[in-house]
Amino acid sequence: MKHIISLLLENEAGALSRVAGLFSARGYNIESLTVAATEDATLSRMTIVTTGSDDVIEQITKQLNKLVDVVKVVDLSEGEHIERELMLVKVRAAGKDREEMKRMADIFRGRIIDVTDKTYTIELTGTGQKLDAFIEALEEGAVLETVRTGASGIGRGERILRV
Amino acid sequence: MELTGAEITMRCLADEGVEYLFGYPGGAVLHIYDELFKQDRVKHILVRHEQAAVHAADGYARTCQKPGVCLVTSGPGVTNAVTGIATAYMDSIPVVIVSGQVPTHAIGQDAFQEVDTVGITRPCVKHNFLVKDVKDLAATMKKAFYIATSGRPGPVLVDIPKDVTTARCEYVYPDKVELRSYSPVVKGHSGQIKKALGLLLEAKRPMIYTGGGIVLGEASAELTQLVRALGYPCTNTLMGLGGYPATDPQFMGMLGMHGTYEANMAMQHCDVLLAVGARFDDRVIGNPKHFFQEDRKIIHVDVDPSSISKRVKVDVPIVGDVKEVLSEMSRQYAAGGTKPDAAALKAWWTQIELWRARDCLKYDRASPIIKPQMVVQKLYEITKGEAFVTSDVGQHQMWAAQFYKFDKPRRWVNSGGLGTMGFGLPAAMGVYLAHPDSQVVCVTGEASIQMCIQELSTCKQYRMPIKIVNLNNRYMGMVRQWQEFFHGNRYAESYMDALPDFVKLAESYGHVGMRIEKPEDIEPALKEAFARKDQLVFMDFITDQTENVFPMVPGGKGLSEMILV
Repeated sequence: MKHIISLLLENEAGALSRVAGLFSARGYNIESLTVAATEDATLSRMTIVTTGSDDVIEQITKQLNKLVDVVKVVDLSEGEHIERELMLVKVRAAGKDREEMKRMADIFRGRIIDVTDKTYTIELTGTGQKLDAFIEALEEGAVLETVRTGASGIGRGERILRV
Repeated sequence: MELTGAEITMRCLADEGVEYLFGYPGGAVLHIYDELFKQDRVKHILVRHEQAAVHAADGYARTCQKPGVCLVTSGPGVTNAVTGIATAYMDSIPVVIVSGQVPTHAIGQDAFQEVDTVGITRPCVKHNFLVKDVKDLAATMKKAFYIATSGRPGPVLVDIPKDVTTARCEYVYPDKVELRSYSPVVKGHSGQIKKALGLLLEAKRPMIYTGGGIVLGEASAELTQLVRALGYPCTNTLMGLGGYPATDPQFMGMLGMHGTYEANMAMQHCDVLLAVGARFDDRVIGNPKHFFQEDRKIIHVDVDPSSISKRVKVDVPIVGDVKEVLSEMSRQYAAGGTKPDAAALKAWWTQIELWRARDCLKYDRASPIIKPQMVVQKLYEITKGEAFVTSDVGQHQMWAAQFYKFDKPRRWVNSGGLGTMGFGLPAAMGVYLAHPDSQVVCVTGEASIQMCIQELSTCKQYRMPIKIVNLNNRYMGMVRQWQEFFHGNRYAESYMDALPDFVKLAESYGHVGMRIEKPEDIEPALKEAFARKDQLVFMDFITDQTENVFPMVPGGKGLSEMILV
């Protein structure tokens, strides 16, 4: 099953490689991993999307907690949470396709952020599933390039991850 | 007054109470060695290879309650040390490694003797640091010692670039450090302990299985008290030997791949299992699927939460210091009125005695060729079970574990997790320095000993009267055994031709060498060796080439599927 794991870690050189190294050394999956500093400059916040059985996910959270640089770990999937991912997609938009592409972007609440005679670059935010659905909905061959940030997650309501 | 980074490094070690520093100099650590030269609080032991520096520090740490410390240079100094670091990591041994690094401005430039030390060692240390500012040096050293020795111990490396060793700042060694991201759990949950005790007391066929955590956690007395009070059988892992007295009737011997028949059978057929400071690894329970063909409840106590429910699903997990948990368990047992089911326990012991009667460790005592088991048995008798025994890896290691009965913890020193050949001799050097008035023996084989044979030179320099028991069968015995059992007797590269004359070799290093070829000479040779109190004696026992280690649980098989002699 898919899990979204959020962690706070010391914003220090090498902290990312400790986490990435743990996943590769123990053979855990990483579907996506995002990291950036938080409002507290000494801390980074990381979101990892991973898959595995309950036993594997339990080990992943335990092993992450064991890393000395990791301050806190929470499996967001255990409760209500919000997940967002940003995608930039460059599509073919020439001739009769141009109108259709604009309409598709609107339906998915995407924004066109760059335009040429032959292409649009669309910015789209949502869950990973929504981004997948957008790509699926486009005609084959329409997509020239995509780049995705990987998911960021946060707990709903009063559920807060901080030191 | 401002001190240089090199001075600070040495001051930190001294202030931390470091007695011995095992190391080897080189370009990046020359300033630190210069400061070492000017002081006399920390004694330096010059090894002949950095791998041995870490093994020696490791052996020192395993036999006293202090961390071992080493100092190596950048590049090859570090890469040579990696085997030692990984060995300590797999067995959770507190070792602090200080390594030199090229100057900060040269990092990443492929400078002479540069490697990404923090990157290379990351997967085999508990934690590591690169100190880029001399102002962080003292606090980092303090953190390194704190992390290495607390919780589940392990090696910690501090990498110090050469320019940091010459930069200056005020020196203050912190009394203690706090890390918001690191706080090992100490006290086990008392509700869980109560639940565990309830299960244990309901057991019809109980079993207690303990590992290296008992030794590292200084919980041997608490374990012994609880096991005796309950009257239950107890087995130790390879790493846990000495955690429970081996001569006690409730002791079942070691379990696992080369464990005793009775220990493995009891482990397989128990209905309640208490596991303490152990991790159910593949050499211990064999095939997990087979292990779970029998229904049993499992209680698992460990200081490291990630050890629990890693390989087997556990019914009652208890995270905490094993010493605390076991004494709380004994306290609750004494306070509560419930006793174990006497009738069921009696029937269980009757079954165990039947398994014991199988005498799974028997061997041909009348053999005209030296049986390796006989050598270890005589060694045990002559040292009265009081020696510190280190070993390398292979058949000799298993025979030492099976036939030397350890009644006390921290007497048995071996590379259980990583299985590092070459560990025994340098580890014995560290053990000797920790216990200079005790008998220190390295039980080894002719293949393993050659992996760190150069340390005979270190032993000469510091007059270390270690006794080396070389069980020489002219084969990599364990490899040969597997080839015999599983590869149709095709002994691919497991025979070593052109062995050195170990007697002459020992003599060339200034030690005493002996060759023993007949069973009747075993005892006199050992007696003579131990009578030479101030000399290292290398005893080369020419043993039966065909002897195998039994019982054996073949890889992928279940615990009760042992090959017996």
